[in-house]
Amino acid sequence: MSATTAMEVNAEARRILAVSISKLYASRTQRGGLRLHRSLLLSMVMRSARDIYHSSRESEAPSGPQPAPAEEPMEVGSGPGEQAELPAPQPELEPAVSPAETAEPGSAEEGCDGEFAEDKENRSPARQSRKRRGKASAAPDFLPSKRARLEPGEERYAAPLGSCRVGAGESLTALSLNRVIPAF
Amino acid sequence: MAGPGGDMQWCFSQVKGAIDDDVAEADIISTVEFNHTGELLATGDKGGRVVIFQQEIENKSQPQFRSEYNVYSTFQSHEPEFDYLKSLEIEEKINKIRWLPQKNAAQFLLSTNDKTIKLWKISERDKRPEGYNLKEEDGRYKDPNTITSLRVPVLIPMDLMVEASPRRVFANAHTYHINSISVNSDNETYLSADDLRINLWHLEITDRSFNIVDIKPANMEELTEVITAAEFHPHQCNTFVYSSSKGTIRLCDMRASALCDKHSKLFEEPEDPSNRSFFSEIISSISDVKFSHNGRYMMTRDYLSVKIWDLNMENRPVETYQVHEYLRSKLCSLYENDCIFDKFECCWNGNDSVVMTGSYNNFFRMFDRGHRRDVTLEASRENSKPMQVLKPRKVCAGGKRKKDEISVDSLDFNKKILHTAWHPQDNIIAVATTNNLYIFQDKVN
Repeated sequence: MSATTAMEVNAEARRILAVSISKLYASRTQRGGLRLHRSLLLSMVMRSARDIYHSSRESEAPSGPQPAPAEEPMEVGSGPGEQAELPAPQPELEPAVSPAETAEPGSAEEGCDGEFAEDKENRSPARQSRKRRGKASAAPDFLPSKRARLEPGEERYAAPLGSCRVGAGESLTALSLNRVIPAF
Repeated sequence: MAGPGGDMQWCFSQVKGAIDDDVAEADIISTVEFNHTGELLATGDKGGRVVIFQQEIENKSQPQFRSEYNVYSTFQSHEPEFDYLKSLEIEEKINKIRWLPQKNAAQFLLSTNDKTIKLWKISERDKRPEGYNLKEEDGRYKDPNTITSLRVPVLIPMDLMVEASPRRVFANAHTYHINSISVNSDNETYLSADDLRINLWHLEITDRSFNIVDIKPANMEELTEVITAAEFHPHQCNTFVYSSSKGTIRLCDMRASALCDKHSKLFEEPEDPSNRSFFSEIISSISDVKFSHNGRYMMTRDYLSVKIWDLNMENRPVETYQVHEYLRSKLCSLYENDCIFDKFECCWNGNDSVVMTGSYNNFFRMFDRGHRRDVTLEASRENSKPMQVLKPRKVCAGGKRKKDEISVDSLDFNKKILHTAWHPQDNIIAVATTNNLYIFQDKVN
């Protein structure tokens, strides 16, 4: 896969992800409350976009310097107090997203669809193992930081090994996907 | 169906609703339903109101004009509410209306919003009592000393008054948003379905309902599909179906067990891999399911197509009709403008030979099953001269646009027809645009 295509796919995935997240946040203020069906569909699209985004980054810059503290895979972790949830998200996220992965390519389509379909075919072998191999997925730079604001005099401590804390920005995506459903 | 050799030509009959382009949100029509004889036509709107139209007795001196529908009753069915526990507002929008078969002089219908179902009685009053002993005509009590004789009050005719009164309120049974209600053929029970559960009610009992389907997973993070629609079989009182966001339909038999989590039949068509796209999951979600009147088939509507299923064949539909296939390449934009989440309904004609569903640009589509013909028509004020024949419309998907065709990019996606209804016996259809209700009739030959 050429670098250009990977970049295009990357950009498209980011756009879809950003659109999806903004829709998710907008739906919080909708009259009548969060709609389960809509939120489920949004989270499905977001997962696919996120996976494609990360896969295209992996294939785009395999030698890219990625900080690798012993962090859990990206799906995990939305902050303190939710560590009990850790085991749960990973297993079902894999089967839930696998239908999207094993997709055959579509015929050439306009817009973002064609690019995704094309790249799914090319990348399907690499995407069989979706667990991040210890590499911390770098935060998409279009997402705002979720780190707490420090009071004057406080220091930020490094996260202990094995904790669920992930990089800034990552938690936003993880937060949206894992918590949108249990929010009901 | 309009077209060469076609035997149906649709004509404009009436349009109801404001003419302004500026649509008040409360006036947005959210459901349309004929009663079992077709004499009454009910609409529900986002403001929680129900408007019922009645077909006038046919004008015998002018046989070319079919009878018109005029307003019969208007009432506020649901009000906005607030769930204090969850700090959530409960919308008053009427999601569905279903008529009960008529048993006496009064009419009954069920109307539902996201959380509460109500049974309404619509009755006529055309007489009033006159000649009370203790009261004046205006209701003031008489001075007892002035009463010297006794008389019997008599009933005298008065102008017709139609009253709607809530007879039952079925509340507090749904945690999630109600998407469907369906009256059983036994005329005693009905079901209500939300995203994860289906409840069975008795029309007389409001403080209790039976849960018959529950697909809520123990861990909500494992949720992969929700219920999108449910309906009872038209003749078999033990059978109902429910559709899911994954494009499957489950048929359940209430005789098998009290909790129908295990389906009797699962209707699912394997996905065409060549059509696989990023938004495949969203567009395969079923937005409506309707049994045919004869009970042998059911129809499902997903974002791009209408499928007819034979109840005896689970592995694929017997017929598939593309509603607006030209949108398949536009799914990305439709996702961004939220149109991909639109829930279109579908309906059968009286003898199950034609099915109808809505689309964008105020277009609606009819598929003639027997003659393998389809037509696209438009509901618009421009085509609203009395008895004006509707001209078939065509969308140009790409390439050279012919005269009278509309290109996909000029379609107005804000003008969508989500709700349509077909008279149970005659060729009269009700088509709801955003805030107007159009009534079309087959041209009487």
